[in-house]
Amino acid sequence: MKVTRKDIEYIAHLSRLEVDDTLVDKFADQVSRILQYIDKLKDVDVSGAELMSGASMDHNVFREDIPHTPPGPDITLANAPEREDDFYIVPKAVG
Amino acid sequence: MEFHELTISDARKLLDTKEISSVDLVTALLKRIDACDADIKAFITVDEKGAIDGAKKADERLAAGESTPLLGIPLALKDLLCTRGLATTCASKILENFVPQYDATVVTKIKDAGAVILGKTNLDEFAMGSSTENSGFHITRNPWHLDHVPGGSSGGSAAAVAARMCTASLGTDTGGSIRQPASHCGVVGIKPTYGRVSRFGLVSYASSLDQIGPITRDVRDSAIMLNALCGHDPRDTTSANVDVPDFTTALAQYQADGLKGMTAGIPKEFLSVKGLDPDVEKAFHDAVKLLETLGVEVKEISLPHTDYAVAAYYVIAPSEASSNLARFDGVRFGYRDTNATELIDMYKKTKSKGFGDEVQRRIITGTYALSAGYYDAYYGQATKVRSLIREDFSRAFASCDIIVSPVAPTPAFKIGENVDDPLTMYLTDIFTLSTNMAGLPGISVPCGHSKTGLPIGFQMMASRFDEMALVRGAYGLEQALDLKKRFPEMSDSL
Repeated sequence: MKVTRKDIEYIAHLSRLEVDDTLVDKFADQVSRILQYIDKLKDVDVSGAELMSGASMDHNVFREDIPHTPPGPDITLANAPEREDDFYIVPKAVG
Repeated sequence: MEFHELTISDARKLLDTKEISSVDLVTALLKRIDACDADIKAFITVDEKGAIDGAKKADERLAAGESTPLLGIPLALKDLLCTRGLATTCASKILENFVPQYDATVVTKIKDAGAVILGKTNLDEFAMGSSTENSGFHITRNPWHLDHVPGGSSGGSAAAVAARMCTASLGTDTGGSIRQPASHCGVVGIKPTYGRVSRFGLVSYASSLDQIGPITRDVRDSAIMLNALCGHDPRDTTSANVDVPDFTTALAQYQADGLKGMTAGIPKEFLSVKGLDPDVEKAFHDAVKLLETLGVEVKEISLPHTDYAVAAYYVIAPSEASSNLARFDGVRFGYRDTNATELIDMYKKTKSKGFGDEVQRRIITGTYALSAGYYDAYYGQATKVRSLIREDFSRAFASCDIIVSPVAPTPAFKIGENVDDPLTMYLTDIFTLSTNMAGLPGISVPCGHSKTGLPIGFQMMASRFDEMALVRGAYGLEQALDLKKRFPEMSDSL
């Protein structure tokens, strides 16, 4: 699979990355080579193989729905880059 | 013997007989860090005050007559494990100033056990790498040869143990990140079975593959550390609710019976891997012969999908990473770019300035593999191949107790040798990442040196939750080999 400069820019947008212009061609080349290598997976006969998205899929895990005391804003917001009272501050989200 | 040379079990005896105090031990190691770490650069943060305070508390518990295996023992932690009040950077600029408000479960466990935390060790940013060259702060050097990498991603943890700057350390292993640096630095590293050790408070890279484990001077210390780390944790839903044996009994079992009755399989596919270094191959075969003299029956086995493991891994791990790392968006913690005036722009600028190249490359690869039109061909196919890899291991373990192999195709490589070629770097994980894919435990134990004097590790893998077999087998090999040169010679000035 050959990845183009445009592909990298599109995927970067999906990933919420702003890849430096000088890196786009380098990434296109490196990711192309990685995907070319990964393409060998297509040679594997997977008929009958189950999807294994986790390492321990034997059973699901449930717990009782018991309320816990939340840690509170002082702990939750302790690392906030910007806050006002008990709220995170972010730049404008709606134009 | 100098205090910094002590293993956990050596130090335990001296602490319990009051020949030394925890403060003595911690002070000696802090002095050692001061002397060596300017060259090795294994640590990101050294917590001198916290360590001395911790040692004083441990000495009080010792004075009160308490004796538990880790009481007063100084440890270093990979900087991917959350420590309350102590910076946890993941070796990323995006978390340069992040101070967790809670401890990871393993940190709680070792603190409760009385261990003293010396500091946080360097890694490839967010554990993405095999050389510790991808750290956002600085590279770590191999204590055996300063112009070589220590391996990765837990390179700081392995180098710190090898250079005797901590008694033992914790690492994490997603595709070999405990075992490969342990091998490259000549120390012992265990990746436990997926679910054995709680991942709560471990900053996730690839959640279905990550596991925390110890890096130690010898196999006995690894067994002691495993005892402290393992156990069910309701805060990690993938944590296994299974009994935890006393892993040190495997040492006694070896002393009583040697390795009689044990069967080891050698995967034929592993030894036909391209680029297997002749010194590694020789050290591996010599160790296998030694295992046979200890009573191990050795047989050839097959893991037919080995050739596809690296490809499947480098779809699954980046896919999970692309999801896990979405949280570092500059809103709740970590770095934020302050130039952006709109939200999406802030996310983009924050991530691209905060993450290094390898992290961005993996996010892009993962996002690509998960994107519409490619999901089935990449992620779907890789997860199916993963289940075939797991079935390969299940079949193999029907006829053997352990599977043995080299840890890495070559000894530690030179700094800078592979940095511009990510794919070549990825291929060095060939022997280790299958166990992560199958959720199995693995150990790296030193088995010799290359002609140039670099350490070489020997890997043993076992069935799920059979770390006992690894401890017994690795202890047998370690005792029988009795390597004369276990640690790098380092002058006091280094």
